[in-house]
Amino acid sequence: MTHSAVVQLSDVNKVFGGRGANPVRALQDINLEIGTNEFISLIGPSGCGKSTLLRLVGDLIAPSSGTVRVNGKAAHEARLRREYGMVFQQATLMDWRTIGQNVEMPLEIMAWPADKRRARARQMLEMVQLGEFERHFPWQLSGGMQQRVAIARALAFEPALLLMDEPFGALDEMTRERMQMEVLRIWGQTHTTVIFVTHSIPEAVFLSTRVVVMSARPGRISDIVEVDLPQPRTFETREDPRFFQKITEVREALRRDEVRGASS
Amino acid sequence: MAVAQALEPVASPATPNAWRALARRAAAFVLICVVVIAAWEGYKALGEATKGMVPGTAIRLPVRTDDRSLPHTWRIVGSLFEPVRASDDTLLISNLLRYAAFTWFEAAVGFVIGGVFGFALGVVFVQSRLLERGLMPYVVASQAVPLLAIAPMIVIWGSQAGLPAWLAVSIIAAYLTFFPVAINTLRGLQSPDPAAIELMRSYAATQGQILWKLRVPAALPYIFTALKISATSSIVGAIVGELPSGIQTGLGRALLTFSQYFTTGPERLFGAVLISALVGLAFFSLVTLAELWLVPARRRLE
Ligand SMILES: Nc1ncnc2c1ncn2[C@@H]1O[C@H](COP(=O)(O)OP(=O)(O)OP(=O)(O)O)[C@@H](O)[C@H]1O
Ligand SMILES: [Mg+2]
Repeated sequence: MTHSAVVQLSDVNKVFGGRGANPVRALQDINLEIGTNEFISLIGPSGCGKSTLLRLVGDLIAPSSGTVRVNGKAAHEARLRREYGMVFQQATLMDWRTIGQNVEMPLEIMAWPADKRRARARQMLEMVQLGEFERHFPWQLSGGMQQRVAIARALAFEPALLLMDEPFGALDEMTRERMQMEVLRIWGQTHTTVIFVTHSIPEAVFLSTRVVVMSARPGRISDIVEVDLPQPRTFETREDPRFFQKITEVREALRRDEVRGASS
Repeated sequence: MAVAQALEPVASPATPNAWRALARRAAAFVLICVVVIAAWEGYKALGEATKGMVPGTAIRLPVRTDDRSLPHTWRIVGSLFEPVRASDDTLLISNLLRYAAFTWFEAAVGFVIGGVFGFALGVVFVQSRLLERGLMPYVVASQAVPLLAIAPMIVIWGSQAGLPAWLAVSIIAAYLTFFPVAINTLRGLQSPDPAAIELMRSYAATQGQILWKLRVPAALPYIFTALKISATSSIVGAIVGELPSGIQTGLGRALLTFSQYFTTGPERLFGAVLISALVGLAFFSLVTLAELWLVPARRRLE
């Protein structure tokens, strides 16, 4: 059973600044299992440890205690086997490389042959509808276009797991909605599992199969809301009464925490 | 191969804009030359009119304005095209250019040694905080020691080690050039966003890949800023280094000789100074051209 889990966090704790400075309990007793082809959103107040959780799954930091497993292996091993792609709030494109060369970067690291790299980069840019910008430089693209490049780059090597930390946080509402559709389309096409950090309740509900609600100080998982809206999500989903019902559910879960936090 | 890749020209920088910027810079240079000449001659004319006094006062002008102390600019340029001495009809300029080429050669070798060493230090420091903390104070202190004290030591050690004199001079030039390169390389290598480094780690990139594919390209504009400083200071280092080395065929010796004969032929010293400055400028321009070629306009630091 545990083998079918793509991500498995057991009793994970993360404390920053152990010795010397005041230690920060960023995460406490995190238990979470994420299955294949799930779309999980992490939502919660600022500083509740969403980014930390994502970085733990990506083995960019190590847990203070507990275990993080990805595809049945230690997270460290999964990173070395390039099993996940990552997208941050900022596109972090390299401005001395063209858009195409940026998408090729992970493939270069993985020592793909040049022609295969180029073909894949082109294909990925087509997918995010930026085919004709292959030879442009990052500064010639808008923020939304850059973010699409970052997504294309993360998906270029077909990782089984996609980790996204507020990828649309810096975008305007219109672009954001288009990007959401784009990510859902890619998710539907590629059967990846997605962990998606956001501050937006509607965004979390619209995209996810499950919304993980977190609370701060110490960072914990306080609730998990199943979003059983029909797939694929479309424009109509946003007008479905059940959509609003789920939004309310997540909002109440968040508020419950706030009240609990304030009274403790 | 990785180096070649990192240094591969990324865009075509020789756009019309780049040429226009270059033309503008050349125009500014000419303008400054004209202003300097005008100020020089103006000061001289003023001194001659007031017999060396600040106008309307009894205060002496700080620098005397007679032809011995402050020759006319055309006399300076003219002296370059006179024979070195009555018995030898070689023109001064042809001697000076020969010296300049030699000094430049020493400086260029020093520039390369210093550049490579400085770059290597930057790379070592970015990989190891410990080494940076431990060694950086010495790197900084090395520049607090006056070059005039270091140069004779390097010449003596060099000759004891059997190095040719010019190589000792190059090492002295390298002593001046490595420092800005090391500091700026380090700054440049540290310039990538932490998120970009995490991204590379997420691809399981090795330290070497992070260095050559992320840090070094990001550092290129910083490195060129340092190389431009180093180009001119390597010339200064070579000139100063020639003095204790006994090299007769460089600008350093020429400057020394002409300053000893300043009272009888001041324009020759000024001529040698002019050529020295032009060598520095030429080296600087060469590095700037390389930057134009290797660093796209958007990324150049100014
Ligand atoms: N490298 C670090 N060193 C020390 N403390 C850290 C570090 N990274 C995060 N923290 C602390 O851990 C806690 C959780 O941070 P994290 O960035 O995971 O929050 P977040 O939920 O992503 O917040 P936001 O929504 O603002 O992005 C915060 O209190 C933060 O100060
Ligand atoms: Mg965060």
